Amino acid sequence: MARKTPEINSSSTADIAFLLLCYFLMTTTMNQDMGLQRRLPPMPDKNQKVEDQKVNRRNIIIVKINSADRLLAGNEPIHVSQLKDKIKEFLTNPANNPELPEKSEIDIEGYGPCMVSKGVISLQNDRGTSYQAYISVQNELVAAINELRDEWAMANYGSKYANLDEEKQNVVRKAIPQNISEAEPKDIAKK
Amino acid sequence: MSKFKKGDKKGMPGITTSSLSDIVFMLLFFFMVTTTMRETENKVVVKLPEATEVAKLERKDLTSYINIGTPVRHLQAQYGNEARIQLNDSFKTTDEIRDFIAAERDAMSEADRQFMTVAIRADENTRMGIITDVKQELRRCSALKIMYSARKSAK
Repeated sequence: MARKTPEINSSSTADIAFLLLCYFLMTTTMNQDMGLQRRLPPMPDKNQKVEDQKVNRRNIIIVKINSADRLLAGNEPIHVSQLKDKIKEFLTNPANNPELPEKSEIDIEGYGPCMVSKGVISLQNDRGTSYQAYISVQNELVAAINELRDEWAMANYGSKYANLDEEKQNVVRKAIPQNISEAEPKDIAKK
Repeated sequence: MSKFKKGDKKGMPGITTSSLSDIVFMLLFFFMVTTTMRETENKVVVKLPEATEVAKLERKDLTSYINIGTPVRHLQAQYGNEARIQLNDSFKTTDEIRDFIAAERDAMSEADRQFMTVAIRADENTRMGIITDVKQELRRCSALKIMYSARKSAK
């Protein structure tokens, strides 16, 4: 027993582990799925009588995209880059224009009474619209609402919407609601 | 001062590298655990559209994916180059979305079902007709939480 067992040289385990590590580093994908989140409206009940929700005309802006990806917002053809400002003007209605949506006072829990716009954005598309055009329009709509939320949060809490805590974000969401209606597909016969 | 010069050794003592392998192994295990191999093979070409206002998906395990796009090149002879829907590993029609959603729902626990999200991964050149059909079908199966997958583009 006097003989010492020679120790195994372990200096290369680090190299082996590094090799494996490099392999996993290369193959791993930490791709995070990103996208625009939406809630679809529930399907209308068949037994239920179809009662058209009468929305006051001034409270609705119709954004249409045709099969050539051209845009029509509130009866005038515009470019996608102009859409955001148009939507912002529509939702804020700074001059209380009778053509633009009315506001109603709503009592928000945790904030108090607040003037909330009743505006609804109705998005209609053709079957031939390309997905990219549709997404960029959706994106502009979300961008408009996000900017309004940031502005509102800045004015009331002195911080951007994303930096607020959960409770305050809820208040902001109620003050600037995201009312985007993706309309029922309409069969527009080609004439 | 003699306190610090006790040994009076010359030269630097070598840094022990025996713990290096432990550290590397730890990193290795981390990557082994987090890595996920792609489970399904993409049969359609999906180039996601660009958007700036994208939000992150919170619960990946509660998400079902619907891929829409043209079939990949070597399948085009068989399936043509019209946009198709891919669920899991095969081409499906809109009518089969119902079964797919039902199966996905069953795989989730009772409490998680309300948070189920359907991510629509559609190619940017797809026509809206097929996506509208998918959306209508999803409404019919009351899978209302959806996400339009998009790439984040520079502002």
